[in-house]
Amino acid sequence: METDKTLLSLQNISKDFYGNVVLSDVSFDVKRGEIIGLVGENGAGKTTLMRILFGMNVIRDTGGYHGKVCIEGEEVHFQSPFDALDAGIGMAHQEFSLIPGFTTTENIVLNRESMRPTIFNDVFGDRMSILDRADMRKRAAGTIAKLGVNLDPDTLVSEMPVGHKQFTEIAREINREKTKILVLDEPTAVLTETEAEVLIKALRNLAATGIAIIFISHRLHEVIDVADRVVVLRDGVIVKDTPTQGVTVRDIASWMVGRQVTVDRAEEGVRSFTEDIFEVSHLWVDMPGETVKDMSFTVRKGEIFGIGGLAGQGKLGIPNGIMGLFPAGGEVRLHGKKVELNEPRLALQRGMAFVSEDRRGVGLLLEESLEWNIAFTAMQIQDKYLRPVLGGLFKVRDEAAMRSLTDGYIDILHIKCTSGAQKAMELSGGNQQKICLAKSFAIAPDLLFVSEPTRGIDIGAKRLVLDALHKYNRELGMTIIMVSSELEELRSICDRVAIVDEGRMTGILPPTAELAEFGLLMTGERVSRTSKLEAGNA
Amino acid sequence: MSGKRSFGRFLRENAVILLFLIVTVLAIKPSGLSLVYIGQEMITRLGRDSFLVLALLLPIYAGMGLNFGMTLGAMAGQMGLILAINYNIIGVSGLVFAALVSLPVSLAMGYLCGVVLNKAKGREMVTGYILAFFVNGLYQFVVLYLMGSVIPVRSKAIVLSRGYGIRNTLNLDNVRLSLDNWLPFHAGPFTFPIATFLVIAALCVFIIWFKKTKLGQDMRSVGYDMHVAESSGVPVDRTRIIAIIISTVLATVGQIIFLQNMGNMATYNAHDQTSFFAVAAILVGGASVKKATIPNVFIGVILLHVLFVVSPGAGQKLFGEAMIGEYFRQFIGYGVIALSLVLYAWRTRKEADRLREGLRGGAAAAEGGAK
Amino acid sequence: MRSLRQFGADFGWPRIIIFFFLIALFVAAPAVGVRIDASLSDVCNRFGQNALFVLALVPMIQSGCGLNFGLSLGIIAGLLGATLSVQFGLHGAVGFFAAIILASPFSILFGWLYGKLLNKVKGEEMTIAMYVGFAGVMFMCIMWLLLPYSAPDMIWGYAGKGLRTTISVENYWIHILNRFLAVRVGQFFYFPTGEILFALFAAFCMWLFLRTKTGTAMTAVGSNPDYARASGISVDKMRIISVIISTMLGAAGIIVYEQSFGFIQLYGAPLAMPFTAIAAILIGGASVKKASMLNVVVGAFLFQGLLTMTPSVINSWLQTDMSEVVRIVVSNGIIIYALTRKTKVSK
Repeated sequence: METDKTLLSLQNISKDFYGNVVLSDVSFDVKRGEIIGLVGENGAGKTTLMRILFGMNVIRDTGGYHGKVCIEGEEVHFQSPFDALDAGIGMAHQEFSLIPGFTTTENIVLNRESMRPTIFNDVFGDRMSILDRADMRKRAAGTIAKLGVNLDPDTLVSEMPVGHKQFTEIAREINREKTKILVLDEPTAVLTETEAEVLIKALRNLAATGIAIIFISHRLHEVIDVADRVVVLRDGVIVKDTPTQGVTVRDIASWMVGRQVTVDRAEEGVRSFTEDIFEVSHLWVDMPGETVKDMSFTVRKGEIFGIGGLAGQGKLGIPNGIMGLFPAGGEVRLHGKKVELNEPRLALQRGMAFVSEDRRGVGLLLEESLEWNIAFTAMQIQDKYLRPVLGGLFKVRDEAAMRSLTDGYIDILHIKCTSGAQKAMELSGGNQQKICLAKSFAIAPDLLFVSEPTRGIDIGAKRLVLDALHKYNRELGMTIIMVSSELEELRSICDRVAIVDEGRMTGILPPTAELAEFGLLMTGERVSRTSKLEAGNA
Repeated sequence: MSGKRSFGRFLRENAVILLFLIVTVLAIKPSGLSLVYIGQEMITRLGRDSFLVLALLLPIYAGMGLNFGMTLGAMAGQMGLILAINYNIIGVSGLVFAALVSLPVSLAMGYLCGVVLNKAKGREMVTGYILAFFVNGLYQFVVLYLMGSVIPVRSKAIVLSRGYGIRNTLNLDNVRLSLDNWLPFHAGPFTFPIATFLVIAALCVFIIWFKKTKLGQDMRSVGYDMHVAESSGVPVDRTRIIAIIISTVLATVGQIIFLQNMGNMATYNAHDQTSFFAVAAILVGGASVKKATIPNVFIGVILLHVLFVVSPGAGQKLFGEAMIGEYFRQFIGYGVIALSLVLYAWRTRKEADRLREGLRGGAAAAEGGAK
Repeated sequence: MRSLRQFGADFGWPRIIIFFFLIALFVAAPAVGVRIDASLSDVCNRFGQNALFVLALVPMIQSGCGLNFGLSLGIIAGLLGATLSVQFGLHGAVGFFAAIILASPFSILFGWLYGKLLNKVKGEEMTIAMYVGFAGVMFMCIMWLLLPYSAPDMIWGYAGKGLRTTISVENYWIHILNRFLAVRVGQFFYFPTGEILFALFAAFCMWLFLRTKTGTAMTAVGSNPDYARASGISVDKMRIISVIISTMLGAAGIIVYEQSFGFIQLYGAPLAMPFTAIAAILIGGASVKKASMLNVVVGAFLFQGLLTMTPSVINSWLQTDMSEVVRIVVSNGIIIYALTRKTKVSK
């Protein structure tokens, strides 16, 4: 009976970011040697929950959390990730935290190296001890054996295949003697099938030694395969906590995306479209973290085409690749004519525009005024907002025209600011997003890509942004391709919704399709319905 | 095919050393200098300059690039020598006295330099360079105005005629060649400063031992990736400061060794070219901003200084102007540093691109498209 | 009170200190027997002399290439133009403008090559610029000795070949700008109107350029290269253009300097010049990533004011020459201050 001791207990965890509730009354327990599969869409709260567990600063900096985290029955209050490590929680992140120039051994024991003190320790402190490399190697080899993987302790990490890097990362966490709980965030994302199998086996080995594992993944068969229990998080709430015995992939998919609320859709019925405006064949895009492997689809003139899927599966790579921001290949045609890839200028000149998901990094000149930001692309690509001086000798910025353009958009899009001269970095996220939209609207594109249009924006502003897109589509006939991780928003304004998983399109559904079907497509299953939709009928 | 590619890589990675070898060998004959003379110069300069160049190793190891701020250590050493001459302490004791007296200043300078460089992460080399100029101003203030007036100076011989401030040239006869001649060894026409070599060897042993310690391993991890090191609990900022402090103290001792060989000190200029020569030497020896080994130091000192020795003569013979040799030396020195920095920066960007592909799904592009 | 502290933090306390220090020097001047009108005249003169160098730094700062430590390359191009003008025996205004025109092909070529190099080393531009500049100056030292100049005013008398270290332009185009519309008040005050007008005109042209389509694109490249690339701008091309403009202004700058100073200085002279220009623009309020015309004018004036006033006042007061030390500490101190600023974290 004592072997069923509860190791980790999360009780009534709640968290909000300045009023925006992200986690609400989340409670579950993890026992020794148990493997829990944690499943949920983006924004469901998984990352925030793990950040709370790991004591990350961002949680404290934004108002802390409510509820209790208990380890082996005692409540803990982590002030930093180091406290969490001390308490026995290890986390293998998606982005590897390894030193490329070090060997496997050196990485596994990083900052916990075996040492032998020298005479200098008395004067200069502990760091003057000599490293005991033989012992380090022994410890590392021991951990590797515990994992049951085939890893060479002496290879340099920079020369390893990706899978081995993943194993090294995990080995480092469990090498810590204190580790009782291991959190793995999408560990099989970069592994080949064989490597994934090896990892699953390794995890079972670990669990057998008493380590509890929280396994976050969107690959539902793996979850069912390796986990003892599955916990489904949706919109910050636990909707299901059940043993995986007898549970199917479809079950989990529907719990993941199912909602009480019905879709709020304008009563227009299904629109029909006549011609194709945009064809993509065998597109590939090399965007780190959002790779596109092979996609083909067609978009019709005047429609709002949605692209959804989980994070890191490649949907963001589509617009970034087509607009030339990341290396891409394949064939893309606009109005029947081939579009040259890898050239942002050409894409813009052909009449396509892109509102990037990286608002602050790519979308805005934070230190310049709103006027600059909105008029810039139109100025550079279409020679607008310039006026001649000195009898036509030069053309300089037409500040007056830029101002009136900006004032126009401030009005239409209800942008909250002091004036067009305000610096972009002083606006709130939602208003910044409207500036990015305005920048693209200003060049009057035929085809508009919008990536994560309402990310990080409060409810009220979300509605405004979506309404603006809706308006431009209906009134100006602008074809819109909308990429988003929020299924609801896609279903509320798109005419069709395609789903992307692991760099490929798994299917296209009408917005009114059953949620479970979307869920399945997101987790890599194929749905028979889709072949009809690709032909263009509802 | 792979043979050709690896030859190309060999050329690129050792471009600087090879270029130097070729130019040097070509210049030996026209210079009119005998091989014996050149050989002795090599030996002398190895003793004189190696310590200073070795001081650059640890900051490179810790990822801070070329420590142009080593000049701060050199200035501290010079102040120590001034005091040694002032108190009329002769021989090796004079050198030891100078080193001990300048130690607190050297540690303080090293700490200052480390703190400033930590605030300028990503721009360490430029900042170090300018910091050296800045502290030079302070040094001049102390040596030219405070010494002899506010700071009492006993020996009137070293003070300027106006009553305060140290003379422009300081005669170091008291300690001249004291270390070099402590254990001289003659072999044929050559004289070896054994004591100096022993000191250098001791430093090499220290560096090798240091890299085996925990602190050394921490520096290495910080040098590779500050963020990973930090998230593993390594105190990054402190480790970097320690690297600079050690480098500064070594530069202090190195400058003292350098000056005892020179025999006299240009009080206000002796440290101007210290970092330039040391950096040029280590780069010529095959080091880069990210990686430097002990062999790089010695190869570099030999190559650089042989070229410096033969250039004036070669310039005179080939162009009829001795000055051309002089300018040529400077040009090569600066050019080598510029070339090494360019190669390093270019290679780093290529590395970053390659690494990016290896870390996450670059497979699609690598395969040349969709399958 | 809080907004005052905010103003201080934004503008930089070292700059404010320097500003008040300069005021203090002007106030103290008469008390130690230094004439204010002579000093002011001196400052104005030196402002005009150096303004173009400071202006030359603006394009590369705006385009994100950092502080142009390699300005010596532009100066070398200017020296080539000036020496050629003297070689061809051109006098007066013709000689002056010919020098600038003759320097142009060199400055464009050097700028283009230098720009291509900087594009390959994004992120480490400043250190490399410094050493490329030094190497270039040393290379030219060899060239000054070998190039076949023949005008007797320029070459070493006894050797018969090789240029002298300093060449006087007294018989050619000395003060050609300064004298234009000059204003003389009393015995000590002389305002070189022509030179100042030329500098202000150049600043005006730069101001205009930054408002054109290309100038706007250049600023965007420095502000956020990803944003610029997403808007279809070639980051590399903009950077090269900024480097070429900077080099050309450096070339023109040294010629303006020479007509005022009276001498063409060859060999090692260009080594220190980039540093003084950089210190000046930083004192004027510029950062490593942003510079305006105001920074240029204010900076050049403050810096030259400091360089002029400090020696004359302190030396008269303490009866000793501390100018070197003060100059070194102030100019390098301000550069370090700028280099250790945290780049603003975006919201």
